Amino acid sequence: MHELPVVQSLFDICVKHATSNNVKKIIAVNLKVGEVSDLQDEWIQRYFDFLAKGTVVEGARLKIERVPLVVRCKKCAESFRVNIRDRNKVECPKCQGTEFAYVSGREYTVDSMEVV
Amino acid sequence: MDEIRLIEVKEGILAESQAVAAKLRERLRSTKTFMLNLMSSPGSGKTSLVLRTIDALKGEFRIGIIEADIASTVDSEKVAARGVKVVQLRTGGFCHLDAAMVSEGLDAIRPQDLDLVIIENVGNLVCPAEFDTGANKNAMILSIPEGDDKPLKYPLMFSVSDVLVLNKIDTMGVFDFDVQAVEQRARVLNPGIHILKTSCKTGEGIDGWTDWLRDEIKRSR
Repeated sequence: MHELPVVQSLFDICVKHATSNNVKKIIAVNLKVGEVSDLQDEWIQRYFDFLAKGTVVEGARLKIERVPLVVRCKKCAESFRVNIRDRNKVECPKCQGTEFAYVSGREYTVDSMEVV
Repeated sequence: MDEIRLIEVKEGILAESQAVAAKLRERLRSTKTFMLNLMSSPGSGKTSLVLRTIDALKGEFRIGIIEADIASTVDSEKVAARGVKVVQLRTGGFCHLDAAMVSEGLDAIRPQDLDLVIIENVGNLVCPAEFDTGANKNAMILSIPEGDDKPLKYPLMFSVSDVLVLNKIDTMGVFDFDVQAVEQRARVLNPGIHILKTSCKTGEGIDGWTDWLRDEIKRSR
């Protein structure tokens, strides 16, 4: 249910950029969404289609790139990807360290739009 | 046939609501009010922890509570009975609070007269994690009966919380709950997360919680 307000602001951003660039039609919207987000791709598109009906944004396809969770080992500075659904203990593949800093995985960005 | 152009956007989807939240934090700073956003599943002990907190800290701080519930006023009645200021926000089916809703709630309890405001968010580990409420700190409760797999299922909640309270610690003998596994998983998602163990029933660990909160309130001033 929380997808709707998120998609509303996504829609607003698309309309704003379409208007300021004199766009006739948006073909696709390229999004970067972190893997840690709970948003479901299918629902983002459905809500988007609902809001977009009758606007310049209608028919745009959302291309969602999932950005993996990456952390950096505090001991040896190695950056590596973490499988967020894996039950096993996470340790640095290089030095077996267990303390990390966040690098990526929480993104929510409109990267670009393909338009005519 | 028109040629397809690529427009660079590079804009955060939640930037606008984050701006509202940042403004709210500024407003709270001007009145020296600390606001905590408390999140968890239904039934994990949010209201019990709020009541424990009021009992422990009402001599030191002027406290106000923002209760969010989809429909009922059960929680706000319990809190009001403790003699602190409380406002009930009925979210009308909405599964979360955002800074705009919180801002309205705040008006009703006059934050300028308060040192500490606690938002008891809607019981749910998914939606509330997505929205910045304008609070200074986010706290989440995971209670022992819910199981130790929650960081795998709801990673975002763990990644946005400043403190994780493992509540109902008195039931540890009854459930298979691997505390270490939860701690490690939570720290992978959120390296800076502070982890506490409490029982709102027996009072165990409540001091640790109120110490953390007191330090944060003082640090924000």
